[in-house]
Amino acid sequence: MTLALVLEQLLNGVQFGLMLFLMSAGLTLVFGVMGLINLAHGSLYMIGAFCCAAIAAVTGNFWLGLIAGIAAAAAAGALIEVVVIRRLYARDHLDQVLATFALILILSEGVRMIFGPRPLYLNVPDMLRGSVNLGIVDYSLYRLALIVFGLLVALGLWLLISKTRLGIQIRAGESDREMIAALGVNIRWLYTVVFALGAALAGLAGALVGAIQSVQVGMGEPVLILAFVVIVIGGIGSIKGAMVGALLVGVIDTMGRFLLPRFFATFLDTSQAMGVGAALASMLIYLLMALVLIFRPKGLFPAHG
Amino acid sequence: MTPIRTAALAALTLGAASVAKADDLTVGMITTLSGGGAGLGVDVRDGFQLALDMAGDHGIRLVIEDDAQRPELAVQIAERMIQSERADILTGIIWSNLAMAVVPSTVAQDIFYLSPNAGPSALAGANCHPNYFNVAWQNDMLHEAAGQHANELGYENTFIMAPNYPAGTDALTGFKRYYEGELAGELFTQVGQTDYAAEIAEIRASGADSVFIFLPGGMGISFMRQYEGSGVDLPIISAGFSFDQDVLPAMGEAALGVINTSQWSPDLDNDANAEFVAAFEDAYDRLPSLYASQGFDTANLILSAMAEADVSDMDAFRAALRAAEFTSVRGSFEFADNHHPVQTVYVREVVEEDGVLTNRIIGTAFEEHRDVHGENCSM
Repeated sequence: MTLALVLEQLLNGVQFGLMLFLMSAGLTLVFGVMGLINLAHGSLYMIGAFCCAAIAAVTGNFWLGLIAGIAAAAAAGALIEVVVIRRLYARDHLDQVLATFALILILSEGVRMIFGPRPLYLNVPDMLRGSVNLGIVDYSLYRLALIVFGLLVALGLWLLISKTRLGIQIRAGESDREMIAALGVNIRWLYTVVFALGAALAGLAGALVGAIQSVQVGMGEPVLILAFVVIVIGGIGSIKGAMVGALLVGVIDTMGRFLLPRFFATFLDTSQAMGVGAALASMLIYLLMALVLIFRPKGLFPAHG
Repeated sequence: MTPIRTAALAALTLGAASVAKADDLTVGMITTLSGGGAGLGVDVRDGFQLALDMAGDHGIRLVIEDDAQRPELAVQIAERMIQSERADILTGIIWSNLAMAVVPSTVAQDIFYLSPNAGPSALAGANCHPNYFNVAWQNDMLHEAAGQHANELGYENTFIMAPNYPAGTDALTGFKRYYEGELAGELFTQVGQTDYAAEIAEIRASGADSVFIFLPGGMGISFMRQYEGSGVDLPIISAGFSFDQDVLPAMGEAALGVINTSQWSPDLDNDANAEFVAAFEDAYDRLPSLYASQGFDTANLILSAMAEADVSDMDAFRAALRAAEFTSVRGSFEFADNHHPVQTVYVREVVEEDGVLTNRIIGTAFEEHRDVHGENCSM
């Protein structure tokens, strides 16, 4: 086990974490501001990836595809909010889960009807192909770009929330919904904007990740599960919590997959160690979530103090 | 749905209505038509349907249901098909874990099960059953061929990797059974995993001279896309599952030149195959995959048995299935005593033809190969 390998795995963990952050930021915003559990968040991720792949295939330009993916996810988010979600705010969480689960099925089948059952092709842009030498390790240029991109979006989101009028309204909405409505803020409009913003972030993550993964129906659900783990760990409604939770989950998951089989290999034979290590590694983040729930039931950075 | 598919469906519906004769036999197809594994199930279904369409007045009532790649759902559907639909034959399951959940109880209820894809080792060995036939392969088979061919390519230090489920363990076991070199590393990934950065880092650090993977469906696409950009350029060898027509278009040029093993290939030179490939392209507007070829063969096996015996006479029908008197797109087709195929396994290379990525046969790994588990089968 060399330093280069450890460094590469750490970078992998950070990159994975930042992509999870893009997913969880939207999820936690929507939950924090509107108190809504949105299971269909993964479908918006899928819509972003599919639209990016389709537009990139037609125009031959990844960046146009990326913009289209974000726009399509945001538009789909706004539409869903106006048509379906708006009726659910006053209902209890079980109704929301039921309705948004139905949305997953509808959107998945819709995407399949339009694009067919086979995965789509989406390649990384030419300028980000290949690998780059970081001193002791060669690292994929595209993954490095994903890290930079993730950090930039996190910075932008922080500025938006802490420095703009919209950000003040979002934070106020998290604290006291009735009060800001009473103060004359158009709460219906605010909800639509927040939902579309969350959807755009999911679409961005889907399009970025789609270039190095399989763009296929149902691609959003595994990520959605991880995003829920992230916001439970980080504290529901907190962007800072989502950032810390996402990085924790990303790094712990990657390092677990990397180190656990090696640990078991010291006293088991290789095949067994791989099996046990892989099985335990896949449980690691859920163990982390359980621990956080025991000691900090509201997450690491609860939004409502 | 494309206009062609809609038209084809409409034609089928009308056709079925105009025949309006009593069906001789009901086939229940449980397969994966939604989720990430849908490409495989759709191909098995379309291949099966194509064989029925080409046979014309076939007397088969086909009931199709989607298992969404979930074992518990597959079990429920199987029960419903046996109880309410009165199915005589079940078929269609893609995934080994689903097959293990459905097949044993199905065959125990005197219902035939014909596997168009999954071939877990348990069902080929100690748990083999007179009512169970595998028309595709035993899981290990193509991986054994990959191990054999790795020797011929002179690989001495291969890194091997598969998802952690029955077919994944079968894959690594099969590869190791014939591979003679050293293992640079051995990894199990999660089923449905999408990010392989950690595994690629392991491969880079392992000092391997080649990589063997078994990652069917979307998993293979994700891996190849990430492998391409990683700066690791070790040759990849694999079984055909990870490099067939269902995933090649999405992999793009990352897959070019990959060596993989399969019992079938679109360029396999026999009349039945040429006719199948042309008819499939004509009907569905895309190249068939090996899954489609397996669905096609499964339907033709059933049709051949129907010509010999009535399904109500189970012993006669079983003997007719066992005889396998049908023209397979693989050329020759024969069952071993454990009801799994004895067949030639080819070595293929991913090439680009007329702007479409596909496979071309470049050699033969095994002639008349049979699986090792048959020894533990008492039939």
